[in-house]
Amino acid sequence: MMLPRRSVLFLPLIATLIFAIALSATLGFLQVSIPDVFTIIWFKLIGQSQPESVDAVAATVVADVRMPRILCSVLVGGLLGVSGAIFQAILLNPLADSYTLGISTGAAFGASLVIVLQIFGLNLPTGASIPVFAFFGGAATLGVVLYLAAGDRRLSSTSLILAGVIVSAILSAAIGFLKFLADEQVGLIIFWLMGSLAGSSWSSLALLVPTALFGTLVGVYYSRDLNIMATGDRAATSLGINTVRLRTILLTVSTLMTALAVSVSGIIGFVGLIVPHMLRHMVGPDNRLLIPLSFFTGGLLLLVADTLTRAILPVEVPIGVLTALLGGPFFCILFKKRQQDGKSDF
Amino acid sequence: MISENQDILWRLTDVAFGYNGTSVLETINLELRRGYSYGILGPNGSGKTTLLDLMGGLLTPDRGTIDFLDQPLPSWTKKKLAQKLALVPQEFTVRFGYPVREVVEMGLHPHLHRFAAPNEQDQTIIDEALRLTGISHLAKRPVTRLSGGEKQRVAVARALAQKPQVLLLDEATSNLDIHHSLEILHLIRSRFEKQGLQVVAVMHDLNLASFFCDQLIFLKQGKIICQGPTREVLTPENIKQVYGVEAEVRPNPFTNCRQVSFRLPMTP
Repeated sequence: MMLPRRSVLFLPLIATLIFAIALSATLGFLQVSIPDVFTIIWFKLIGQSQPESVDAVAATVVADVRMPRILCSVLVGGLLGVSGAIFQAILLNPLADSYTLGISTGAAFGASLVIVLQIFGLNLPTGASIPVFAFFGGAATLGVVLYLAAGDRRLSSTSLILAGVIVSAILSAAIGFLKFLADEQVGLIIFWLMGSLAGSSWSSLALLVPTALFGTLVGVYYSRDLNIMATGDRAATSLGINTVRLRTILLTVSTLMTALAVSVSGIIGFVGLIVPHMLRHMVGPDNRLLIPLSFFTGGLLLLVADTLTRAILPVEVPIGVLTALLGGPFFCILFKKRQQDGKSDF
Repeated sequence: MISENQDILWRLTDVAFGYNGTSVLETINLELRRGYSYGILGPNGSGKTTLLDLMGGLLTPDRGTIDFLDQPLPSWTKKKLAQKLALVPQEFTVRFGYPVREVVEMGLHPHLHRFAAPNEQDQTIIDEALRLTGISHLAKRPVTRLSGGEKQRVAVARALAQKPQVLLLDEATSNLDIHHSLEILHLIRSRFEKQGLQVVAVMHDLNLASFFCDQLIFLKQGKIICQGPTREVLTPENIKQVYGVEAEVRPNPFTNCRQVSFRLPMTP
């Protein structure tokens, strides 16, 4: 009974997102009006050539350069938001997300490995091998982090994040070694590691759309089980939930979502941490709402951030640097606040 | 034959269990029948909670078999089992601030289709569970803001909303003051007497157990020391053997059941 009333939240959010997408498409070196943007997208969608009224250059810029990047930023933000919401719910830890757990770095290591292997003449198909290597990098990292933190049976914030930091540090050094090996091609890795959506294309979208759809649906499908997990393992089992299976499925799916996001955009930190966190304060902890809302809010947030760096700032700051600069202090405040409260009252 | 077996809730045959090679329970043979409330008693580390977890299907025995309602426990799906069996843990910690009502609503989980919203009848069940446990006024409060006693009552309310045939209590009232303990135990006892809710309770307090349980099972170091009707097995000899304290057990007309007082053995 609660759900339909609260789902009213989605309509304004989706409307804002669509408006933001259109607005962002007008911004940039070449100014295009909002009606023109809609016309260009519409004709692109129905697959017809653009009408005379629209400038041909504007049409190309909007349809082939801006739109893929804008949609990628929405989907990457959504993926990070949903995976963050799931990580926080399943690990019962409001400070968990793919970045603080080191999974993003693991995925980035996997992906950089592909780039370096290619330099050394190993002929891997980039399109498929980067996401695959990113996934295994992320999954291996998750395994190690959970193993390191498992001594503490409740997987407390501190031990999980400490384990994440340790593993990230080792992986960063390993990535440094890959950069050293990459020699003159190092710029490619660096640019991408700092997090950037500049390389987005329609083919990135072909990868992101199914992952986002699949991951969000799996998250929503298990959202009631996730709510019950918050009351403890024994209690959840006694309510008929196979906690081991649920954990395995959801951790795998979240890692997959992170890996795909990383393989398109590099490491973009803190979106997955902040979005579910903020939403939990606004609408409460119910994952049935939190997970879908995290998708749209994450998408909106990253779109705004990317538009800021792409079209508004005088130089294009890598998006990962921007989110870390904005999100890092936020994380510090949360961390300090939790220490002072001495409790996980979220 | 079948009707006779229907009376048996659990049958444990040669059950053994250990964590990482350390034996916790050895050769447990036990039969629990319908119509009695059972208490599992014993010192810390005697394996009480482990026994309860084995019976509730939360753990799997290393050896031996456990039948629940005449079917081997492994043949029950988790969902089917959850429709029959509810657990109230000793400590009910919730990590996110769900409103109390939503936590109680989780009790409906094994009965509801995945995407179904609770209907009017379900809402009545939730209201009733909140009312019986005396937490209706807390319904909208985040569960993280409650006191230990209030949280425990939320756990009981959720177990009631689960509409189980059997309730497993794992020291469910250990953290409550005497007033709330008695209130909760009275509530469960009346559900047992009037609606046939079966109860198996791990308990620490012998006097509360004497008031609450028809049958007692004494565990020590993973073995059953004795079991039987409360008035027969709640004796100074058994208490001395299990807990190593001297005890006096006498009928108390004030509480209308047998009450125990203790002291440490005299050192010579």
